[in-house]
Amino acid sequence: MITIAGAGLAGLACAYELAQRGAAVTVYERGETPGDSSVARFAGGMLAPWCERESAEAEVITLGSRASDWWAKVTPVHRRGTLVVAPARDRAELTRFARRTSGHRSVDGAGVSDLEPALSGRFAQGLFFADEAHLDPRRALRDLATRVQEMGVEIRYGMPAPARVTLDCTGMAAPLPGLRPVRGEMAILHCPEVDISRTLRLLHPRMPLYLVPRGDGYFMIGGTMIESSSDRPVTLRSLSELLNAAYALHPGLAEASVVETGAGLRPAFADNLPRLCEQDGTLYLNGLYRHGFLLAPAMAQQAAGRLIPETSDEDHRERQTA
Amino acid sequence: MQFYGIETASRLLLGTAQYPSPAVLTEAVKSSGTEIITVSLRRETADGSGAGFWDSLRETGRRILPNTAGCHSVQEAVTTAQMARELFDTPWIKLEVIGHSDTLQPDVFGLVEAARILCEDGFQVFPYTTDDLVVGEKLLEAGCEVLMPWGAPIGSGQGLRNPDALRAMRAHFPQVPLIVDAGIGRPSDAAQAMELGMDAVLLNTAVAKAGNPAGMARAMAMAIEAGRAGFEAGPMERRDMAVPSTPVLGMAEFA
Repeated sequence: MITIAGAGLAGLACAYELAQRGAAVTVYERGETPGDSSVARFAGGMLAPWCERESAEAEVITLGSRASDWWAKVTPVHRRGTLVVAPARDRAELTRFARRTSGHRSVDGAGVSDLEPALSGRFAQGLFFADEAHLDPRRALRDLATRVQEMGVEIRYGMPAPARVTLDCTGMAAPLPGLRPVRGEMAILHCPEVDISRTLRLLHPRMPLYLVPRGDGYFMIGGTMIESSSDRPVTLRSLSELLNAAYALHPGLAEASVVETGAGLRPAFADNLPRLCEQDGTLYLNGLYRHGFLLAPAMAQQAAGRLIPETSDEDHRERQTA
Repeated sequence: MQFYGIETASRLLLGTAQYPSPAVLTEAVKSSGTEIITVSLRRETADGSGAGFWDSLRETGRRILPNTAGCHSVQEAVTTAQMARELFDTPWIKLEVIGHSDTLQPDVFGLVEAARILCEDGFQVFPYTTDDLVVGEKLLEAGCEVLMPWGAPIGSGQGLRNPDALRAMRAHFPQVPLIVDAGIGRPSDAAQAMELGMDAVLLNTAVAKAGNPAGMARAMAMAIEAGRAGFEAGPMERRDMAVPSTPVLGMAEFA
């Protein structure tokens, strides 16, 4: 029996990979629903390894490029790509972004409006990352929880984990040296008048913004990265900058209802890359930083591989039929 | 080189914002050879909630120069400075009072007022100012012993927009340590500042946003060292005409 602490993104992804390998798994979750206490509920849900490479190590691509396929087995994945734009006076930001990333093509004003007619006439230049995708994080957590339960995993909600577990996926609650919180803030807008179908990134030296469509006229906006352990609600400064940037992206968003705001603490190590580490007989998966949905699948596969060493296909079939 | 009686060998002061990760930042600090790093104290982390990040800065072993980046009023800057003194246990403060959130140009009136309050309170103030000579005098009157004139607007990477003004500042304040702060984009900009006789250079974005921050940190350190050595060695004067470096008298003429 494998025990996991935490039914957030990392815990559920590991449960899935372990169940795939035929293990009996129990997950302990102190919240009442999947992802209840998980910072992943505030995530953008972008599966955007090529864009993330702008500020991250090359591992985001090697570990993240197959995340879309993994998630598509569990929850709807919208393979619409990412469109990156910048206001005319911040053109240098676009040049820098293009130089630091790959997997994109340059689009002119007509190209921008072909992709997103709502942005017609607003941006003369952009970068299109065709192979990127997005998903709805809360739906994905629910769908993943349902799937692992169908596979025989037991999730005990409202239950603190026993003192000793096989695998700890408790994020900032884990007692790991070198783990630090990076605060992120977000808002959800409802604006059926504005039709945007893919993830947009607005580059700006002070307040870069991403906007991810959630369907039915809902959009998630986010972008703050603050070295802080404070989990208080979003600050006026951050919120006004996020909303301002959204308005710069499309003035029609001025009519949006702000239906939710949130702030979460993303666990990160010094290199901002996730790690599997063993401490006192427990394996820890942590430090997913701002790359939870992108890197959880590959990291969960590594974790499962550590706990259940690879077997040949025949062994695998035998175990499944036994 | 001394700032407020503290000896430093490196003439590069490095900012710690905007790096891809703390690991990259630590690497850049090491390869720059800097002995002084600046730390932005945002009001929202003044309750100590930024401790995880600050620990990684303390671990670099460098002297910390906290700053009041992003403060728009005298009161805000003074309060932030007081918090910084408690958190980092240092009388040093890099004082920024920003006049305009778009250009990030210093509000020199607020700057002088905040400098006076802080100097009276025992702070050792490093004021981020323009290249205006009168403002520089007022800051010294207020008790500052260092001046930090801008090279160009913060984060713009434009290099020295007005080298003549910096040259005038050097001549006007021969004994005051001058640190060019803001606007440096490339190693040649940093070298130019040092050739003008500036005592040091403070930069951040040029390294943090470089393709390879550690590599750029080292390049900046080398440029600063070269520029300083060039200044001390006494550069030749420019001339309008070519001057042959070997005598031409008596050379054979080939018709």
